[in-house]
Amino acid sequence: MQSAERAPAGATGTAASSPLVELDGLTVELGGRTVLRDLRASLAGRCIGLLGPNGAGKTTLLHTLLGFFPPAAGTARVFGRDIRTEAAAIRAQMGYMPEIDSFIAGMSGVRFVRLMAELSGLPPAAALERAHEALFYVGLGEARYRPVDSYSLGMKQLAKLAQALAHGPRLLFLDEPTNGLDPPARRRMLELVRTIRDGGEARLILSSHLLRDVEECCDEVLVLKAGRVAVYANLEEERRANRRLLEVEVRAADGAPAAPAFAGMAAALGCECAPGARQRLKLVLPDGIEARDMFRLAAGAGLQIRRLDYKRDSLEDIFLKAMEGDADGGV
Amino acid sequence: MAVYERGYRRYAGQLTTRGRRFLVVPRYALAEVMRGRAFLMFYLLCFLPPFAGLLMIYLRHNLAALKLLGIPLDRLRDALPIDAAFFERSLVLQGFLAFLLVVAVAPALVAPDLRNNGLALYLSRPFSRAEYILGKLAVLALLLSTITWIPGILLFLLQGYLEGAGWFGEQARVLGALFAGSWALILSLSLLGLAVSAWVKWKPVARIALLVLFFVMNGLGRVLEMALGTWWSELVSLRLVIDRVWMSLFGMAPQTDMPAGAAWTALVAGSLVCLGLLARRVRAYEVVR
Repeated sequence: MQSAERAPAGATGTAASSPLVELDGLTVELGGRTVLRDLRASLAGRCIGLLGPNGAGKTTLLHTLLGFFPPAAGTARVFGRDIRTEAAAIRAQMGYMPEIDSFIAGMSGVRFVRLMAELSGLPPAAALERAHEALFYVGLGEARYRPVDSYSLGMKQLAKLAQALAHGPRLLFLDEPTNGLDPPARRRMLELVRTIRDGGEARLILSSHLLRDVEECCDEVLVLKAGRVAVYANLEEERRANRRLLEVEVRAADGAPAAPAFAGMAAALGCECAPGARQRLKLVLPDGIEARDMFRLAAGAGLQIRRLDYKRDSLEDIFLKAMEGDADGGV
Repeated sequence: MAVYERGYRRYAGQLTTRGRRFLVVPRYALAEVMRGRAFLMFYLLCFLPPFAGLLMIYLRHNLAALKLLGIPLDRLRDALPIDAAFFERSLVLQGFLAFLLVVAVAPALVAPDLRNNGLALYLSRPFSRAEYILGKLAVLALLLSTITWIPGILLFLLQGYLEGAGWFGEQARVLGALFAGSWALILSLSLLGLAVSAWVKWKPVARIALLVLFFVMNGLGRVLEMALGTWWSELVSLRLVIDRVWMSLFGMAPQTDMPAGAAWTALVAGSLVCLGLLARRVRAYEVVR
């Protein structure tokens, strides 16, 4: 087989700091309806979660980045390439795992994955070798000679992942990868996603309506609401920031609430204080002050800290806030 | 890397040329098609008429064999002349077999991909809709070529070689007619087969739809022609249209009032409509309004 091109070299494009996808006023209309409106964001994480309620436009965004739908206005760039003009070059570096059942009927698993790898430009021998590897990697090694039609739902999900990986892409689009999987299969799928993410050879965009999947795998999250960007947040930074946020319940020795008195003492240490529900106190600790300093402070004043929580501003909170607020109120 | 090393790594080897990548589709599709024994038997049967033609040409030029069989040469030459009409009749027969082959193969090429959402997988790669259609067309074009113009031209060349330069010169037009007539059939049948399969999405129903379309439209064309007495009613029948195209190519007297230009126009227009229908369906995802 004549060879004309060489696949892009390894490490250059996978550095997490470089922008992966830049959305530049991207608007998409389908069937006379505006599905995505003026999306603007620069996604740069190793694994980016795409969240949103049903119909928010997550899958449409992935399809537009793949070049399936043309933008009505604005554009997007993937690895710096414009989706309007360089769709084929972008797709050459991508692997796509669709949400719905997708396979080529009448083929064995290995033949199916090999065909897909060859369509991505791999010579037949290399495609066959990588098809075997990909199927072993996702855990379908023993079933690779069975017809794909006969696979269970979970196996079909894994086969879809294998075909997305076989040609060794720089960027993986996983659309609802855990759909229809039982708990062990779901764990296995998420483990695979994390392994790929941590390997650093490919970056991922994971679309899901399951917050837990995104929280377990992603370092950034883009929340869409009604076709607009509701939130774009760096989960790592959010998690770091959350470690400084405490919620305490302080009482005097006789059991009387003592939040106001404790707030004054904490403020003297440089903490930001705000009253919480049920006589509790919310505190933001300044640098150099830890949770144990609060216990010392309370003990010195003869007060008792009966409850202390790290306020976890979880992905669920971010998501719920995004759903309550107006779109384009990014974090 | 051996298969036991189970870690994800990027591919950094050579890539195939973009222009030839569409050939991956026919390579895989042909392998799938040829796996069916019934199809293989039918495909082999399609070579019987050209083989019979070959035998006839051989006998006409082998006096010893004719003598052995007790057939007088003059009688054979009068009964079965090898001329434009002979090749046109062969093409008609092969054309019908080509139609049956399209009925058998075309629905298996496109319908399952659409039914199983396979197009999203094809089109998420550096592979376009045009390349997909071209790849699927190539499967039919290759199979139909082997039973239409390739054997036809081989028989013609054999006859010309055995008969001499004079016959070859007289019948030279047949060569072009065989090639152009076969390709007119191949393209129109293939596009029709793929378009119907793409819209029906279900193999058995697509096959029935193709048969119904062919035979019903043929019957309708004849009925309308008899009822209305106008040639344009025959334009609804692919068979009558392609027959008229072949007649014009082979330089034979037409058995219909339909002008050759109208037949060509109908064939091209029909093929373009099929291509349009196919292009509408061959998409990664359908947009529901």
